[in-house]
Amino acid sequence: MPEEPKPDPIIGEEAEAERIAEARRIAENDRAVEAEMRRRTRRAFMVGGVAALGGFGAWEWIRTRRQDLNEPWPLRRVLDTNEEIARDYFSRRRLAREYPLSEAPKELRINERIGMEDELDPADWKLIVSNADRDDSDDGNNTLTMDDIRKLPHAEHVTELKCIEGWSQKVHWGGARFADFAAVYAPQKGWGYVGMETPDAGYYVGLDLDSAMQPQTLLCYEMNGEPLPEPHGAPLRLVIPTKYGIKNLKRIGKIFYSQERPRDYWAELGYDWYAGL
Amino acid sequence: MFQYGGCMKQIEAKHPLAVRWTHWINFPILFGMIYTGLMIYWASDTYRIGWGSFTLFHFFPDWVYSLFGLSHKLSMGMAWHFFLAWIFAINGFLYVAYTALSGEWRYLVPDRNSFREATQVMLHDLGIRKEPPPQGRFNGAQKIAYTGIVLMGLGSLVTGLAIYKVVQFNWLVALLGGYRAARVEHFVLTMAYLMFFLVHISQVVRAGWNNFRAMVTGYEIKTEEAHAGRTQA
Repeated sequence: MPEEPKPDPIIGEEAEAERIAEARRIAENDRAVEAEMRRRTRRAFMVGGVAALGGFGAWEWIRTRRQDLNEPWPLRRVLDTNEEIARDYFSRRRLAREYPLSEAPKELRINERIGMEDELDPADWKLIVSNADRDDSDDGNNTLTMDDIRKLPHAEHVTELKCIEGWSQKVHWGGARFADFAAVYAPQKGWGYVGMETPDAGYYVGLDLDSAMQPQTLLCYEMNGEPLPEPHGAPLRLVIPTKYGIKNLKRIGKIFYSQERPRDYWAELGYDWYAGL
Repeated sequence: MFQYGGCMKQIEAKHPLAVRWTHWINFPILFGMIYTGLMIYWASDTYRIGWGSFTLFHFFPDWVYSLFGLSHKLSMGMAWHFFLAWIFAINGFLYVAYTALSGEWRYLVPDRNSFREATQVMLHDLGIRKEPPPQGRFNGAQKIAYTGIVLMGLGSLVTGLAIYKVVQFNWLVALLGGYRAARVEHFVLTMAYLMFFLVHISQVVRAGWNNFRAMVTGYEIKTEEAHAGRTQA
């Protein structure tokens, strides 16, 4: 509060009165300004408070929604929408960067053995191919051996395997392009998905056909120019550089085409189904 | 301008509505981006400051993860991160569009005096320099900080997109120095936000209530000298 001005006996009374009036006016102004500011502050903080509550409510609402594949459904919808946008933008012509052979280390980290808990006798291994346009069997399940895969043109590349956890590592892969495989065992017309499983169906992935047909996608049976080691998925694994490592299924036992998104091991645990790079 | 006749205190418009809304929306969204980003980073927390086998600081010690509940939440972190990223990007775009079109950018973009001013601000704040530096709506240090943080936001979007769709944006990844480099850059920017936040908060506290209130209400109270003509009359 400004002090009430006292008369100054030295200057004239008229000037003195004016000085006091001016000081009063200023004090009055200050009070009015403060009051007006308090009013605006109250209003602004109330609007802000309501907005903050709204934001908190939105968070709480999303968090508590029904789970869809281990995510609240609004978040699952966002993941799926992001997928649609990514698939619109995707082009088979865009390639993952390839590196010279000399840059490929000899060792590759072994992260998981899901779906490979049982020992596999390589002599017993066969590949079931279902729902293909071509059917060499009676029951719609083509049965292939490694010789059938080796007959396909050989391809290799050094690319960086990217784990969804965040680490990445260059690897020298060799095998048959999935696109070449799909030229022989084509999907039925208009079908957009392919699924793959380990022989015990303990691990399974779903892929959009567009990504699978990208030329760097390999049915892989070689690493560093040698037969694929057992922990890395011998005799045949998937290498798909346009996807995170979680989609690069080891020890393929079954390949099937589908009209709808095939189930996916990690998507069921809350991850993005598409997982595309 | 709101004013009752006199010329001592007066209410003056400082921050436009659009700037205040985008600022305050950004606050929880950026917090969420950092929080969910750390949930993702936890799954492969390999960064450290050190030389050879000597580690000065590992990002992060276990207590950080347990204190903030960041462990074993990779899928949850990703789902939120790729949702909030949209809001972060749209809100940031609206802020930049508004400041560009309204002319507000003139208060915010540093000019050739800003860097000299910023040095004076720093010396003043550290108590080395007595006289306060020139303070318009924003001083030189503020201009640099507020423009810098927008560029950092853009940097996070660009490096984030590069990591997110590394094959589809392989040209961008190449510009950023590769996948691993882009991931490091994304992380460094995140740490820079935390540093920014510390300085920003301490400066807001120092500047006081009138300044903070202006970011909420849009107005500040200014105290002006009485007009020279009148006092002399």
